[in-house]
Amino acid sequence: MATQVAAQANLFRRKARSKRVVLDWVMTGLTFASSIFAIVVLASILYYVFVNGIERFNWQTLTQLPPPPGDQVGGFGNAVLGTVIVVSIAISISFPIGLFAAIYLSEFGQNSSTASALRFVIKVLTGVPSIIAGVFAYGVLVLSTKTFSALAGGVALSVLTLPIIILSCEEALRLVPADTRAAAYALGASRVQTVFRVVLPAALPVILTGVTLAIARAAGETAPLIFTALFSFLWPDGLLKPIASLAVLIYNFAIVPFENQQKIAWGGALALVILALITTVSFRLLLSRRQETITI
Amino acid sequence: MNTLSSGGSLLFRPRPVFQRRRDQVFIWATRIAVFFSAFLLLWIALEIGIQSLPAIGRFGLSFFWNTTWDPVEGIYGAWPQIYGTLVTSLIALIVGVPFSFGISIFLSEDFLPKSLRLALIIVVELLAAIPSVVFGIWGLFVFIPFFRPVQMFLYENFNWLPIFSTPPVGPGMLTAGVVLGIMIIPIITAIAREVLVAVPPELRAAAYAMGATRWEAIFGVVLPAAIGGMLGAVVLGLGRALGETMAVAMLIGNARGIRVSLLAPASNIPALLANEFAEASDEQISALMYVALILLAITLLANIIAELMVRRVKFALTASRE
Repeated sequence: MATQVAAQANLFRRKARSKRVVLDWVMTGLTFASSIFAIVVLASILYYVFVNGIERFNWQTLTQLPPPPGDQVGGFGNAVLGTVIVVSIAISISFPIGLFAAIYLSEFGQNSSTASALRFVIKVLTGVPSIIAGVFAYGVLVLSTKTFSALAGGVALSVLTLPIIILSCEEALRLVPADTRAAAYALGASRVQTVFRVVLPAALPVILTGVTLAIARAAGETAPLIFTALFSFLWPDGLLKPIASLAVLIYNFAIVPFENQQKIAWGGALALVILALITTVSFRLLLSRRQETITI
Repeated sequence: MNTLSSGGSLLFRPRPVFQRRRDQVFIWATRIAVFFSAFLLLWIALEIGIQSLPAIGRFGLSFFWNTTWDPVEGIYGAWPQIYGTLVTSLIALIVGVPFSFGISIFLSEDFLPKSLRLALIIVVELLAAIPSVVFGIWGLFVFIPFFRPVQMFLYENFNWLPIFSTPPVGPGMLTAGVVLGIMIIPIITAIAREVLVAVPPELRAAAYAMGATRWEAIFGVVLPAAIGGMLGAVVLGLGRALGETMAVAMLIGNARGIRVSLLAPASNIPALLANEFAEASDEQISALMYVALILLAITLLANIIAELMVRRVKFALTASRE
């Protein structure tokens, strides 16, 4: 009797070194290794950006103009200011439009076929290469005004931030429970009152982090700016003139053979990476606190 | 009785006219915003299409196979750049897809406690948030020196293969393609994981109940259910790889013409646009617009196919759960 039970128990046990068990270990190891690979690459980028960038990441660099080749000093003050200006233009175009579009999708369109068709097109819009946004702004603004300008750069970036803002705002609005809206309507609130007094205030924290994420994305974009905003070695001087930006400065200075310029480029990279770090981590933590499930 | 009903109608009086008007105006404003956003895609295509008309008229379809790009002589053909775009993207997929699938499976199973999984998700998202130009500068000063021994090994041992037939110089098709592969890991991982998580847990439980090991369940049940969506994720990654600009422009070497060797400097469409647009004039602008139009068409196609594939599989999976 006892032996029979033991034999049965053996029947249901996998042999420790059977092909099936070994295959399991190998595959688990492979997926683990690919995760380690992602961590190593990220760590390598962060490490080298910090090590190479920290040397020139100081007040002097943040406030001075870029140096001419061969000079040992200088900074990227004008590029920081330029990035702030160009990104502000982009957000002040894309945020109002994006927020209203998101309100339509989540409050009025919802699951209608029109809304899902629009959502589909907007998702495809997120896949438009950043350089194409630059080409578009070049055609619309640079060719017609006959000058590279901060405005053209801002418009190019707004094409990229618009779909990001729409999708993240819609997600934020959808996190507000439907009961809240029902309660507002039951109290006799109009559509406008419900959206502006009830839904938007509840969704505001997530909306703002979404916009911050879009700002960080836009600040790091280079391709849409190199032939719209171009670059400038001077302080910003009006919206219809070429303007410096951190991203273009990194590109321009990384590919020249002067050590001082390369150091400044690394300093700029550090500034952009810090911005990306803070916004990404805070967005993910806020979102995972709001939702029980973790989604990428 | 009379007073009661009149009191009742006061309590439930209709909404004031101005409130109803305001609601209508508001709804129309949101409608205009969303339609504008969708039509922006059409506007982009039209703008670039119209600007490229002169070049289309002059070079026609020969633009696709002509290999000379000479602004001085006014001869434009984009085949080396189209070829470069396809090859770098292919290398990127070969490098990026295995890692992406590995990470997405790793994240969708319960290998790690939830908090560590969140940490790994943040790592992947950070990889996505690192600006392209930072990948470029990292590639120039860190990755190229690191990758050099690998390239030398390929050249010394496999130079009988045409694709490894030239001595490595650092920047080139292979370098750009590998960094591109790293850059598309986050997007493929994110979408593939979304699809994997959508696979109903009952399917997996049933496989375990039949005595399947974890990976027998993954290969036999989970992956067959999710594979369509995961391939959609790959196509989406391809779309990103095709249009990614800065890192490639800094790492591909920007050479003219076609060389079979992947170790030699080359060029692709985004790099060409990044390098030449700022100083272009007249016909060159139109030729560049033509190139941009080709890029836009390919990436839109990739994105639409990918979105449809992912959508269909996710819909099927959630429908089967109900």
